Amino acid sequence: MENMIWNPRMECMSRDEIHEVQSERLRAVVRRVYENVPFYRNKMQELGVSPMDIQSIDDIDKLPFTTKQDLRDNYPFGMFAVPLSQITRVHASSGTTGKPCVAGYTSGDIDRWAENMARSMTCAGITKQDVVHVAYGYGLFTGGLGAHYGAERIGASVIPVSGGNTQRQIQLLQDFHATAIACTPSYALNLAENIAAAGIKKGELSLKYGVFGAEPWSEGMRERIEDMLGIIALDVYGLTEIQGPGVAMECPVKNGLHVWEDHFYVETIGKDDKPQAYGEQGDVTFTTLTKQGMPLLRYRTHDLATLDAAPCSCGRTHVRMSRITGRTDDMLIIRGVNVFPSQVEFALTRVPGITPNYQLIIDRVGTLDTMEVQVELAPEGMEDTVRGLENLTRRIEEQLASSVLVHCKVKLCQPGSLPRSEGKAKRIIDLRKDKKNI
Amino acid sequence: MFVTQISVFLENSPGRLAEFTKLLKDSNIDLVSLSIGDTTDFGIIRAVMSDTEKAMKVITEAGYTARLNDVLAAEVPDCPGGLDSVVQTLSASGISIEYLYSFVRSEGKNAVIIFRVQELEKGAAVLEKSGVHILTNEEVRSL
Repeated sequence: MENMIWNPRMECMSRDEIHEVQSERLRAVVRRVYENVPFYRNKMQELGVSPMDIQSIDDIDKLPFTTKQDLRDNYPFGMFAVPLSQITRVHASSGTTGKPCVAGYTSGDIDRWAENMARSMTCAGITKQDVVHVAYGYGLFTGGLGAHYGAERIGASVIPVSGGNTQRQIQLLQDFHATAIACTPSYALNLAENIAAAGIKKGELSLKYGVFGAEPWSEGMRERIEDMLGIIALDVYGLTEIQGPGVAMECPVKNGLHVWEDHFYVETIGKDDKPQAYGEQGDVTFTTLTKQGMPLLRYRTHDLATLDAAPCSCGRTHVRMSRITGRTDDMLIIRGVNVFPSQVEFALTRVPGITPNYQLIIDRVGTLDTMEVQVELAPEGMEDTVRGLENLTRRIEEQLASSVLVHCKVKLCQPGSLPRSEGKAKRIIDLRKDKKNI
Repeated sequence: MFVTQISVFLENSPGRLAEFTKLLKDSNIDLVSLSIGDTTDFGIIRAVMSDTEKAMKVITEAGYTARLNDVLAAEVPDCPGGLDSVVQTLSASGISIEYLYSFVRSEGKNAVIIFRVQELEKGAAVLEKSGVHILTNEEVRSL
């Protein structure tokens, strides 16, 4: 097995050295947020903790948690630890209601992100000899630019295709002889099926490596992608609030994702809000150790996973995180985009003519996720013309589009046909769970 | 001058129409005329009933979403070209037709066309000027 390591000094340091680096960096980041972010100063004062109390990484549990709600309360730039003049980039992902979750980066943050993605892509086998086809979306979403900067840092040739237009993507994969591809795993599978349908044989493409993330996927799905495309497919993890892709990366050993621990301290938090021992499942929680623009302390991702610090045969010493096994909240991931039912609810309350009852039907057609929002028509929304009701449907779809960052189809239903909100209404029907390849 | 129509929303799925027509039967509602506009997802029943108030009460109490609105009921000869003459008249005046449906009562020689147009007043005026009789609620219900 090829085993290349981008930054052996950092990626293979001893556990003691990691502890040392983390302690030093935690002390610095705590001082920075205490001095520059009123939210953290207030939180720490409430807990009676001062930066002096944080001497090593072992003091982490004296620090407050950060939640998505905290980011929302400080929307848009209240969590930034530097003046806006030092922020060179802003990305955003889904918030729980109308407002997105914002992240600000200094040029140093972008530089470290490129380093972390370079580590991650090297981990997958990518070198400067490779041609990297980036089919993640480019924009506020971190996927495209994250993969782009990482591949550029390595010195590979980057093809910034972005998402969509599958036939053109296949044409470019053939013509430009891409050897590596980065996108969501469901899109990789979609490409693979379209490639097969076009009668193109595995050997006719030059692909060798896939770096896939932004949504959970299974071993079964990996096997299908690897088999259909004839590549090695590895899992990359990240989230906008913490950095974007490249917070953690699976190595070819395929036994968990290495969290780049010199930049991110990871904990798994139990139901009692206490850090779990390695091996115990908990809410994956990150502290950014080197971020300057928007450092976060103990940010609760609500992703469920376990950690393992046992030595890995790839030579890297950084702790391994299991595949994400679930969520502690009701967040859905639709085509790589995070969707909260509360966002849908928020959008629906802003359109007159429908009742507050709704149901989400999530499905997978072919390899792509679909979301249908079923809403009940209220008397004041009734029209005698098809056009009138189609206009209502379109208004709801437009409102959803501005709140939920993925297309949803709206279906009007008769009043009373959807479950009521008394007790525990079954608002989400995820048919993907019954399908094999998730 | 105008006729009151009831529009009822139905999901386009098996059994929905049967539920609705059973409700009308069980409540002894007499239909004067009915049509359905449909899409993949839903249908709109449009009907003129002999007792609009009672029908509306029964339908909404059964939980359906329904609304009342005015339509034009034009009497035309029940022969080839009967429909064409009124459509031509409306078209020549630039009045757009959203939908229409028709019915013939057994004893009559004339057919009744129910029109939904954007500009009801103008539509009625144009048709009456061309000699077409526009029926009232009372006339339609007593046909």
